[in-house]
Amino acid sequence: MPEPAVPQGKRVAIEARGIVKEFGQGAGSLRALDNVSVAIRENEFFTLLGPSGCGKTTLLRMIAGFEFPTEGAILLNGEDIAGLPPFKRPINTVFQSYALFPHLTVWENVAFGLQMLGRPKAEIASRVAAMLKLVRMEELAQRRTDQISGGQGQRVALARALAPSPKVLLLDEPLSALDYKLRKEMQIELKRMQHETGITFVFVTHDQEEALTMSDRIAVMSKGRVLQIGAPTDIYDKPADRFVADFIGESNFLPATLLSLSSGVARVKLASGAEIPATVAEGLVPRESVTIVVRPEHARAVREGGQVSGRVENVVYFGTDTHIHVALAGGGTFIVRQQNSRNGVAGFQVGDAAGIEIAADAAQVLRD
Amino acid sequence: MANRFDVRSQPGFGTIAIFTFALLYLPILALVVYAFNGSESLTVWGGLSLRWFVAASQNDAVQDAALRSFIVAIWAAGVATIAATMAAIATTRVAPYRGLAFKYAFINTPLMVPEIVTAVALLIVFSRVKVWTGYSGLGYLILAHTAFCIPFAYLPIRARLESMDASLERAAADLYATPWQAFRRVTLPLLRPGIIAGFMLAFVISLDDVVITEFVKSGGQDTLPTYMLGQIRRTVTPEVNAIATAFLALSILLVTVFFFINRKKA
Repeated sequence: MPEPAVPQGKRVAIEARGIVKEFGQGAGSLRALDNVSVAIRENEFFTLLGPSGCGKTTLLRMIAGFEFPTEGAILLNGEDIAGLPPFKRPINTVFQSYALFPHLTVWENVAFGLQMLGRPKAEIASRVAAMLKLVRMEELAQRRTDQISGGQGQRVALARALAPSPKVLLLDEPLSALDYKLRKEMQIELKRMQHETGITFVFVTHDQEEALTMSDRIAVMSKGRVLQIGAPTDIYDKPADRFVADFIGESNFLPATLLSLSSGVARVKLASGAEIPATVAEGLVPRESVTIVVRPEHARAVREGGQVSGRVENVVYFGTDTHIHVALAGGGTFIVRQQNSRNGVAGFQVGDAAGIEIAADAAQVLRD
Repeated sequence: MANRFDVRSQPGFGTIAIFTFALLYLPILALVVYAFNGSESLTVWGGLSLRWFVAASQNDAVQDAALRSFIVAIWAAGVATIAATMAAIATTRVAPYRGLAFKYAFINTPLMVPEIVTAVALLIVFSRVKVWTGYSGLGYLILAHTAFCIPFAYLPIRARLESMDASLERAAADLYATPWQAFRRVTLPLLRPGIIAGFMLAFVISLDDVVITEFVKSGGQDTLPTYMLGQIRRTVTPEVNAIATAFLALSILLVTVFFFINRKKA
């Protein structure tokens, strides 16, 4: 897999190397992280993405210092910090529950970290003012934290974590408690803040859309392992395996037989008899029977022709586009996504016969 | 549910409720009323008067016992609250482990042990210690009261800790607070209502105690309750009512103060 470009800065800010985490002992122990290695670069917006229970939060807590690895090292600018308690790490966290101190005002919450570091009063005052400005909360500085809304609480939590200028900012699903519209706004806000502060952000989420929108790079995790690390376009366009393809966006999987392979492009034969080209990821040696993946927007439903065909099973209207579910003649369902135009939707009815035209470079051979 | 079961609509509910409240409060009401009795009798009304309150307040023995009660209660509740706070943190801010349930039980067992057993046990131990050390001051009473006050102080503090979001302490640690700073700046301020509740409960329990005090006290170490007990054994005058009424007023005052402190915090 080619290393994707990173916007600025090439130095590694924080690195997890060969992390193993086991909870419990003996036969009943649970391996939450299994030899996980990620290197997060300076000034990067890095996302740990995966379903709940994949170990992403455990990894984040380990970077913060709330968990300690069973094996492996956490390197901050090349130094192993795995044994340091949280208060000795120049890393701050935005908690999922925000964890704002209820007995303190907004201002006092934001000042907390700087006070603990023993910074001079004048410096604290100007820094807190700057942070409250950054998150647009200047007016509510003297409010108690139970007198502000969820979205505002989110901003205060951000300001509080950014105030001490951490080397790395950790964000543990910080947007999950917000409603859809606010979440969208905060996604853009977060990107802006990361850009303005130049701090490395490590973001944990199970929301693939959020990950694709905000990240410079994403690590997709499942069952305590990292399956793929790459830029959003790499993850989406070149999923390394079936789990990644399935978890991120929608995917159609088709069984196929390998006919030939030359310079990264395979010729495969589908169950329908059609022969199509499919890209093969670097380093992957496909076997004779393979699975190929096609994104729904990379195919088109047609009245006649197409490499595979079947009958329309379902038509789902999404506003901007329509999903047409086609039950294939050879079994399985293929979903096609078609953009709606002003002339209306795709025009297929349930029960119609439909062919599917797969775009020339859309198919990709998956790692088993 | 459309047709909710309402206990108030059951036959006899009102009668039972009135009877229960009467049983609880009528004797207290009678005690308070007779505290203002002008006659020497506990049962014959002799007109409204404050003479027994005056008598009680001018009685050296009463003053002496009241002062001793306060000293013992303040010390016992104070020490018990500190111990209970530490115990509550140690039993809630740890990952659950084998033996934790046993520790809960161990801390709370004094609530279940009959007071008379504790009293006799302390009497035996302290009489030995008195002989060995020659010391016979208030220390024994304070120590004994502290011991039985700890579980009372522990319960509200632990309840408060358990309802407190543990991620607040993690957030403090994340923001460079050492464990001690996190405790001082975050845990303690948030725990304050629980600590005050624990202290007041312990204070009232200590103030109120008869059995253990009666067994442990040396000669001339009467507290207010044991003094009253002694009085009742001899001639009974409404002076005892007056003392009890003052006691009641103090308890109500404490509860009210606590209620307002808590409401402001919440």
